[in-house]
Amino acid sequence: MSVAVDIITIVAITAGAFFFLAGTVGLLRFPDTLTRLHALTKADNLGLGLVVLGLVPQAGSLRGGLKLLCVWALALLAGAMVSQLIAREASGQRGDPAMRHDGPPP
Amino acid sequence: MIEFMTTVLGFILAMLALGLVRILRGPADADRMMAAQLIGTGGIAALLLLGTVTAVPATVDVALTLALLATFASIAFVKKGRANAPDSTGDA
Amino acid sequence: MTVASALEMALAAVVLGVATWTIAARETFAAVVGFVTYGLLLALIWVRLDAVDVALVEAAIGGGLGGVLLLGAAARLRVTETPTATERPSATVRVGAALLSAAVAAALATGVILLPDPAPTLAPAAAANATATGLGNPVTNVLMAFRAMDTMLEKVVLLLALVGVWSLAPDRLWGGHPGPRHRADPLGTLAFLARLLPPVGIVVGIYVFWTGKDHPGGAFQGGTILAAMWLLVMMAGIADAPQVSSRRLRIVLIAGPGIFLAVGLAGFAIGSAFLAYPVAYAKPLILGIEVAMTLTIAATLGLLLAGAPERSAGQ
Repeated sequence: MSVAVDIITIVAITAGAFFFLAGTVGLLRFPDTLTRLHALTKADNLGLGLVVLGLVPQAGSLRGGLKLLCVWALALLAGAMVSQLIAREASGQRGDPAMRHDGPPP
Repeated sequence: MIEFMTTVLGFILAMLALGLVRILRGPADADRMMAAQLIGTGGIAALLLLGTVTAVPATVDVALTLALLATFASIAFVKKGRANAPDSTGDA
Repeated sequence: MTVASALEMALAAVVLGVATWTIAARETFAAVVGFVTYGLLLALIWVRLDAVDVALVEAAIGGGLGGVLLLGAAARLRVTETPTATERPSATVRVGAALLSAAVAAALATGVILLPDPAPTLAPAAAANATATGLGNPVTNVLMAFRAMDTMLEKVVLLLALVGVWSLAPDRLWGGHPGPRHRADPLGTLAFLARLLPPVGIVVGIYVFWTGKDHPGGAFQGGTILAAMWLLVMMAGIADAPQVSSRRLRIVLIAGPGIFLAVGLAGFAIGSAFLAYPVAYAKPLILGIEVAMTLTIAATLGLLLAGAPERSAGQ
């Protein structure tokens, strides 16, 4: 039983780490603000979510597990709201460098 | 299990450090804000892992506080961007 | 070197790097975002050092309210930023500043290196007397009982800071509403968040305060979370900031230090000295003070961030 639980933890946390990698690579490599925002939300929602999912079986108590899920729920809410607000801000700045591609590296 | 979690913790911290590059380079304010948001989420994940590795359950409360307040810098960013517009400052 | 200690060193190096970059950044906004990130990473370090109480404050202030305050300042400075960026201080000023900074850093480093090993500490004494108050969190014991004087004066300082901010108001607006009247689309994202998050945040704030008696947490951390929720409602335009002349508001503002002082003075009669609690009632007295302080801290921090009065009544 405990081995099965540990396997769930390892698989979920590894997957979560992968989404953090994907989000970070996207944030660094994608060409403009809105596509970078797209990359960010993956790490926000799935990366943290999978890490939480992996940690819940290790929490040891119902209360600890529920608190972990609360952290994720709050982060989901925050992520959804913030990405909307930032997207509106970025697309509202017409003629601003925000909407241009990065120049070639010097 | 502890070794595994410590390794993942290191990996996520490395991702956070890489995310800092976006704050350094910008170019737009929105990009910097996004990078801060990503580092916030990664920081929450790192805190949760750290709390499990070091067996300090109160760490979850720190993560809870961060998750609750993670939006605030971004909201201030959006609000201030607009407060500069002449129609919404509200001082007559 | 173990994996864990390698991680700690890497984390410390990253934090130092962010700090250096924050100082060196030319653009105020970029520096502020760097500083918010710095606060976040610092919270991790505090957890690693087993100072979870401090990590909670760092998360709430460094990652939350501090960012709001500094972003506001950056937005105000933006108009003047371009002209000042072209000015360069003279070589004498720059060399002087560098020398001064280096001297301060060297003095601090010498102080840390010259500390006797083991460093002098009152921690065993604080731990040995923990039963006197009936509270399980040693930090709360120190703050509320063993060093209660400092904590009380700290709340007075917060109040003085607020008076300082209010004193920036022009005479004709004195007693009016602080800050601009925020407007947001009542059906928009921000208003939605401002309706959804505060109920959750208020519960978390009270929880963090209440758990502080036995676990990391406490009045300051809980009050900061409550202040953030109030600020969110104000920023979304759902509720206006109250007039600073409001009597109810002022009662809340002085409740914390006032009750603290009253209990302290009562210590002459019911205890043995100023701020000495009778042992039998120590726990309820401390919790009572903390409830008032949580409210005061929430109101004070919220108003500090709302700013000086900018509108007369009814505007």
